[in-house]
Amino acid sequence: MIWNIIGTWIAAGLTLAIFSFLYKDNPFYKFAEHLYVGVSAGFGVIYVWAFDLKPMLVDRFVAEQGIERWILLIPAILGILMFSRWIGKIGYLSRLPISFTVGIGAGLGITASIQGFLLPQIQATLLPLTTINNILLVVGVITTILYFYFSREFKGKSSYLLKLGIVFIMVSFGASFGYTVMARISLLIGRIFFLLSDWLHLI
Amino acid sequence: MKFWQKLGEIDRRIIYTIILLAVVIPILLKITMPIRISDTVKNAYNSLDRLPAGSIVMISIDYDASSEPELQPMLIAVLRHCFKKDIKIIMLGHWALGLPLGEIALNKVATEYNKVYGEDYVNLGYRPGYSALIVGLGREIRDFFSTDYRGVPIDSFPFMRRVRNYNQISLLVGLEAGATGDAWVQFAGARFGQKMFLGATGVSAPDLYPYLQAGQITGLIAGLQGAAEYETLIKESGTGTLGMPTQSVVHGLIIIFIILGNLSYFVLRKKKQ
Repeated sequence: MIWNIIGTWIAAGLTLAIFSFLYKDNPFYKFAEHLYVGVSAGFGVIYVWAFDLKPMLVDRFVAEQGIERWILLIPAILGILMFSRWIGKIGYLSRLPISFTVGIGAGLGITASIQGFLLPQIQATLLPLTTINNILLVVGVITTILYFYFSREFKGKSSYLLKLGIVFIMVSFGASFGYTVMARISLLIGRIFFLLSDWLHLI
Repeated sequence: MKFWQKLGEIDRRIIYTIILLAVVIPILLKITMPIRISDTVKNAYNSLDRLPAGSIVMISIDYDASSEPELQPMLIAVLRHCFKKDIKIIMLGHWALGLPLGEIALNKVATEYNKVYGEDYVNLGYRPGYSALIVGLGREIRDFFSTDYRGVPIDSFPFMRRVRNYNQISLLVGLEAGATGDAWVQFAGARFGQKMFLGATGVSAPDLYPYLQAGQITGLIAGLQGAAEYETLIKESGTGTLGMPTQSVVHGLIIIFIILGNLSYFVLRKKKQ
């Protein structure tokens, strides 16, 4: 119970310290900012050990038998090689795990983009032009793609297609901005709600 | 002229104070307002509501404290909906710092519905490398999570013994503050046909609408408004519902500020010309 109260006061104090930046930069804000970065980094280190290295590497190495056990040495060695960047002469060895990671990332990313995004999205755009929504969607997609078609200059009447593309892009920016405003206000509401209820018990 | 000039150069701290009052006063007065349910949230609700008791739902915590006010109400509402319908829950997370938030919500809601850890829900914890992890879960969950977040073997939990991969997961719920939602859709959805809906922060939500339009996700809960709608659908008021009147007041205020700022700019520009 007492730890909850202490935790709430610390959280409230740090919230106010961060909010104080709205007036102007000050030592309280700096303290809270640095504390946040430090705690996050510490938390990250603990999590990588507790949820990654220990269960996936150390515990498995102890538990597994035969080839399954020795295969674990490959990721372990690749991981250690990442640290070779700090040793000048053998720094080039860090390229091995980096190229391994980049290769996996590219392989996964390419298949995901085509199979999981491009094809389904093209399929979802091939719509019968029977409703206003469908017409807007198809026209919006075509004119927006045309706006990013740089191989040919659009002059005269065809330039109106680009202007229409800009309108759709602007509407998209507007929607994103509106959602962003809502998101930021939600964060403020969350913090104020915490201060008024958990800390001050006013609600 | 002076009026418009002063309006255009108003100190930002005055605006902050007005916004602060606009947030604090409606919360203190506990103003309520009707919440209109959008189709996107209704569809998300329906996809979970149609599941029979005993089904398994996987919930992914892909956010941390910086998005808590928007996504935690969604998580609590979805957990309440699951436990009300006796649906089993597997929780995991791709954001290391979000895991405690998932644990707090899970413990709170499980206590409300007298649910037992291991019988009704488990928390697998966090693993890094979300793309490879999501693909790997489609083959065998034990390759990545042989134990839960406490280190207990998952086969010691009765309902987890029958879970091998996505085939046993009836629905996936991703709560997203970043790009992990794309990975769920593009790997688990496209490659393994996993049915899912997403909850997202207001900032992330516009990027997820194409998936909704293409039918790659069954529904989308967007921002605090989405959380309030979900709370309304399950008839359990929470911080989402409480925050909406404040949200409306502040939005109105921001619209007024934008109009006044633009008026000041155009009047001054005209005078200069």
